[in-house]
Amino acid sequence: MRLITVNATVTASNDRDAEALRNRLTEKGTLLVNVMSAAGSGKTTLLSRIIRDMPEMKIGVMEADIASDVDAKTIEALGAEAIQVHTSGMCHMDAGMTAAAVDAMEGHADLLFLENVGNLICPAEYDTGAHLNMMLLSVPEGDDKPLKYPLMFQKSGALVITKTDALPYFTFDLDRCVERAKKLNPAVNVFPVSAKTGEGMEALEAYLRAETQKLSAKEF
Amino acid sequence: MHEMGIVLHLARTLDETAEEEHLTKIGKVVLQVGEVSGIMTDLFTDAWDYFKVRHPVLKDSVLVLETIPAVTYCDACKGTYETVKYGKVCPLCGSEETWLKQGSECIVKEIEAE
Ligand SMILES: Nc1nc2c(ncn2[C@@H]2O[C@H](COP(=O)(O)OP(=O)(O)OP(=O)(O)O)[C@@H](O)[C@H]2O)c(=O)[nH]1
Ligand SMILES: [Mg+2]
Ligand SMILES: [Zn+2]
Repeated sequence: MRLITVNATVTASNDRDAEALRNRLTEKGTLLVNVMSAAGSGKTTLLSRIIRDMPEMKIGVMEADIASDVDAKTIEALGAEAIQVHTSGMCHMDAGMTAAAVDAMEGHADLLFLENVGNLICPAEYDTGAHLNMMLLSVPEGDDKPLKYPLMFQKSGALVITKTDALPYFTFDLDRCVERAKKLNPAVNVFPVSAKTGEGMEALEAYLRAETQKLSAKEF
Repeated sequence: MHEMGIVLHLARTLDETAEEEHLTKIGKVVLQVGEVSGIMTDLFTDAWDYFKVRHPVLKDSVLVLETIPAVTYCDACKGTYETVKYGKVCPLCGSEETWLKQGSECIVKEIEAE
């Protein structure tokens, strides 16, 4: 037996797969957005709204779920291509699983969403190959979440604060939440929205359009 | 289960090393696990034992886990302290401008192989 020094982080091979997938999608002209949040923060509702509001874009959705396929059915009913990815009990999507899901999509998408498993911890630890990490935090969850789950906030390029129509019923301090998030990640883009009333949706959709255009200009 | 995902990635890292170094058998695997990495070492060892027997190169391997203590750095007083004991607030000066310096990692340090 001989001793071999490895000194590699366990996720090193995942990081390589992620980079390869990102480059491949850039070539294809598909912006991949990794949508992460706790269970029930409003991911499927938000994506449904975006699909309805942006008919000019070809949008695809990959729904990662531990078992069911209700979310994929909801998206398909809106006329967008959706596939269900079963994670077989795994609490996050990694780059290999994401690449397999991308290959399973039939049509071209300008904007492809990955609805990650609902959980604020493990999905943040794995680069999926997405161009953009978008995390959702819903008003009922509370404004202290940046303190409890810092990594998720650090890894996200966009923070969408959802269910703002519920602000009158909860003690959620929007300014304090944004301040806490910016402390962890000064470059984060924050979008307070209500997918129910549509409030704040234009700003988020304009941002997604701009990111998609950046991709055609190969700025990733 | 979180640990199973990490085990899959660990096995891939080891497979790649085995290929590069032309190894046929891996004996000992030394893994450094951060104190606040969220990895449960018992679950991790169980997941590894379940997995390794399905992997020819790894089937006789033994996992050795070393803990990397969690250390927080304070931006205000430039001091460092034990994360697990004091949390977010610096015990030296009371500041909350503090950052985890080490303790969230999971690194394959070295292996014994032939
Ligand atoms: N009031 C209000 N409720 C919302 C809003 N968005 C979503 N909801 C509700 O929140 C619940 C969960 O929404 P989903 O869109 O299924 O959440 P999700 O994050 O996809 O959930 P999982 O996939 O199960 O993790 C549903 O009852 C939605 O109707 C919103 O903007 N305002
Ligand atoms: Mg959903
Ligand atoms: Zn201090």
